Amino acid sequence: MFGNTPGLTCARDTALSAFRFYVPAAEYLEESPLQFGQVSTSAQISSDLFSTHSGDLSTPSLPSVSSQPVPLPFPLSHGTTTLAFIFQGGVLAAADTRSSCSGLVACPAAQKILPIHSHLVGTTSGTSADCALWKRILARELRLYQLRHGRRLSTRGAAKLLSHMLHPFKGTELCVASGFGPCLFYVCSDGTRLQGTLFSVGSGSPYAYSILDQGVEWGLTVEEATAIGREAVYRATHRDAYSGNCVDVYHGLFSRRSLRRCLSLQPRS
Amino acid sequence: MEYLIGIQGPDFVLVAADNVAASSIIQMKHDYDKMFKLSEKILLLCVGEAGDTVQFAEYIQKNVQLYKMRNGYELSPSAAANFTRKNLADYLRSRTPYHVNLLLAGYDDADGPGLFYMDHLSSLAKAPFAAHGYGAYLTLSILDRYYKPGTNTTVLQILLTLRFILNLPSFSVRVIDKNGIQELQKVTVGAAK
Repeated sequence: MFGNTPGLTCARDTALSAFRFYVPAAEYLEESPLQFGQVSTSAQISSDLFSTHSGDLSTPSLPSVSSQPVPLPFPLSHGTTTLAFIFQGGVLAAADTRSSCSGLVACPAAQKILPIHSHLVGTTSGTSADCALWKRILARELRLYQLRHGRRLSTRGAAKLLSHMLHPFKGTELCVASGFGPCLFYVCSDGTRLQGTLFSVGSGSPYAYSILDQGVEWGLTVEEATAIGREAVYRATHRDAYSGNCVDVYHGLFSRRSLRRCLSLQPRS
Repeated sequence: MEYLIGIQGPDFVLVAADNVAASSIIQMKHDYDKMFKLSEKILLLCVGEAGDTVQFAEYIQKNVQLYKMRNGYELSPSAAANFTRKNLADYLRSRTPYHVNLLLAGYDDADGPGLFYMDHLSSLAKAPFAAHGYGAYLTLSILDRYYKPGTNTTVLQILLTLRFILNLPSFSVRVIDKNGIQELQKVTVGAAK
């Protein structure tokens, strides 16, 4: 059902004889389990046509992409405003909470900043379902990495992992700005991965950028940074029809290395 | 719009790239480095479609380093350029072509400096000077007019200032010669910011 997962093979074996115990060894998956949503992977096609080529291990092939991008059923837009920036007191992330669906507000209290683990948070923009899915996949992969290697994957590594996992899904318009740790990365489904100190993503991002560019500097206090983040999202929600409702603000500290969620604040109106 | 330029001198290659990483109308980063170091004396400059550039350039970079680990000596710039072109060509007729434009600049101890121009249709040309992007339309004619094979570094750096409607604020500049890769001062156009 889900491909060559060792765990499922074990289930079938134990069903036959109740007294056989089998502990699956931790193995690296040979193929990506993420086979859904693609028409067919070019890796399968090329292995049929060039069977001699598959045995050649001297030059590993470039990461393969799905054969053709699956056409989107309707035009999707990133109806959101999210932002994140680094300052002396840590990292601040802010986002609106409106979830829109072609002109209808589907949910006025959506959560667009998703904690992935205690030291990593992602802000999401794009299709809500895609964002929730990828947050869970990323959390799972980071936890597996931690169990296999005994240490937490750095933010830079997590960004690279997410970028490579999104590579087969080029064209689905998912953008993530994930940070803390203390660094900030912008990852987009078209393959962009940038490290920086200030990013804003979504349809309201130009409005937020203009507020942030003139207010954000390294020496801000936590209160000032929270105020600027809130102000930037508020101004974006004022102008952008697809952003609105409340503002979520997350703050992560370099020293204490944990997250603290500030109040979900009503924008001033 | 992105811009790359490379100029070959008598015993060096001068390369420059703009520093902007943009996403439609927004400048996401203004200090983004588009040069990938393949080895001590080879640089790959890569522009094009958003994810393709980094994926392709990192793939070439890691393979060149792997060659050195396996064989004990480095690929020459000409060999690296041909390897890059072969990969571009292989993927051109597949379902997933890499839409990247490249300049590969290197110094070979035997052959001297070399500059290779490659584009997304996997053409390869060794040229004394080359440029990619809209800025190329403006700079190539300047280079045609003033380039002589024996020109030295300072004169060539002056050629980088261009009259361009999409004002690119800064460029990172590097020189490759027999001592390796040196970074020169970033060139910033005064009017911007």
